[in-house]
Amino acid sequence: MKAVVTVICKDMVGILAKISAICADKGANVLEVTQSIMQDMFAMIMMIDISTCNVPFSALTEEFEKVGDQLGLKIHVMHEDVFNSMHRI
Amino acid sequence: MINTHDILETINMIDNENLDVRTITMGISLLDCIDSDIHKACTKVYDKICSYAENLVKTGEDISREYGIPIVNKRIAVTPIAMLAGACPTTSPVHFAKALDRAAQTVGVNFIGGYSALVHKGFGPGDYGLIESIPEALSETGFVCSSVNIGSTKAGINMDAVKKMGQIVKAAAELTADRDCIGAAKLVVFCNAPEDNPFMAGAFHGAGEPDCVINVGVSGPGVVRAAIAKAAPTDDITAIADIIKKTAFKITRMGQLVAQEASRRLCVPFGIVDLSLAPTPAIGDSVADILEGMGLEQCGAHGTTAALALLNDAVKKGGVMASSHVGGLSGAFIPVSEDQGMIAAAKSGALTLNKLEAMTAVCSVGLDMIVVPGDVTPEIISGIIADEAAIGMVNSKTTAVRLIPAIGRKAGEELNFGGLLGKGPIMDINTKSPAIFVNRGGRIPAPLQSLKN
Repeated sequence: MKAVVTVICKDMVGILAKISAICADKGANVLEVTQSIMQDMFAMIMMIDISTCNVPFSALTEEFEKVGDQLGLKIHVMHEDVFNSMHRI
Repeated sequence: MINTHDILETINMIDNENLDVRTITMGISLLDCIDSDIHKACTKVYDKICSYAENLVKTGEDISREYGIPIVNKRIAVTPIAMLAGACPTTSPVHFAKALDRAAQTVGVNFIGGYSALVHKGFGPGDYGLIESIPEALSETGFVCSSVNIGSTKAGINMDAVKKMGQIVKAAAELTADRDCIGAAKLVVFCNAPEDNPFMAGAFHGAGEPDCVINVGVSGPGVVRAAIAKAAPTDDITAIADIIKKTAFKITRMGQLVAQEASRRLCVPFGIVDLSLAPTPAIGDSVADILEGMGLEQCGAHGTTAALALLNDAVKKGGVMASSHVGGLSGAFIPVSEDQGMIAAAKSGALTLNKLEAMTAVCSVGLDMIVVPGDVTPEIISGIIADEAAIGMVNSKTTAVRLIPAIGRKAGEELNFGGLLGKGPIMDINTKSPAIFVNRGGRIPAPLQSLKN
């Protein structure tokens, strides 16, 4: 089972570190990261493996939301099934 | 590998284009709760709903959180209460409404539908009593929604029921006049009512349905509007239809995913996905905006019916392949008070009741959430219901009427219901009387279209 984490925010130091620290802490393996900085906006898409997670998926989502609120990041965590259903036949 | 474009497109749909699953509706059969003692029956109703739907809201919230998809409403539809009320004819069926309301409150759903009667061919035991109690039931409860089916292609139109419903709609508004006549906003009069509709206020759990079922209503006018906005002005109308189909496919796939997941987690069979484009009062989440996006100056302009026909058809074609079971109403809704673009068009005079009636011949439901002057007579309401039912009967489609007489107010003023029900300008109606026609009663015979066997 995989999930897609997307982060959009004003660029600053340590965004990737914060997000990957949560993944490491909760046992989610980071499979792939794409990131780019457009003008001063930071945009990242991260694919993580949640089958190794040591907490329920909803708890992981809450954790990301908490950090998002603290740092003013716009974080979306979505199960890969959403994209597979919507964009694949 | 999922590509970046798909990911960003989905997130943009949710963040900026109001993509959501409008409702997960659990249908529950109450046929095994029938009892000649109404209090025993009400206890059974309350207990069954609370036990079956105990985890409905939590499951909806969990799915929403895990999949990152907003699921706006969790609702319950039950067996038409008239079927239960028939067993206890000496007591007021309002007891059932209160039991439903308590159950809805306990399990935390937004609405519970099924305070209903199916009288398209005539009144069975319990039907008339239930219909008479609707205004009181809607005034004394907060979550209960009511519907009455007064006609069908197979049976014709029960004009006695049409006459009665004119009075009931007016009475429902009068009894809740101090609350913006909200009673009438929770009451739908149907022709060809579907038994598996997940949308309120017309949801009920038909007699042919299983004991319990999960139906899902998708939404997404904002997504379709945004997709059309990207089309070039030189694109022809076939290209527009294709854009709508592709978008409807994606929206419906999301609904199908949620429906299957909810069904699995609740251990309840998956019923249908309803492919409706249901607008909300949010800016941009509007069916009128889609029609205007196709090139009309304002919704209601000549060309609106054609544009809506195309939209309704393309939504179905796109959605039908995306879901294993399609049902309910499935089409574009045009509730005036719930759609910012419709409200603006009604206010400016571009959209009239007559135009809306024509539009209902090609869209999924009917005259929905239309506020009319408070001095409207019950006979005129019955006339409007009869017209709308005739469109449904002849075209073998569902039509419905949800009119809100604004008691004490006149055309040009406004009622504000708040939330998803929105606010509506009071629209002018034709005040010539259909009283003699309506008072004749009887049944309009089923049309030739009914003889298909």
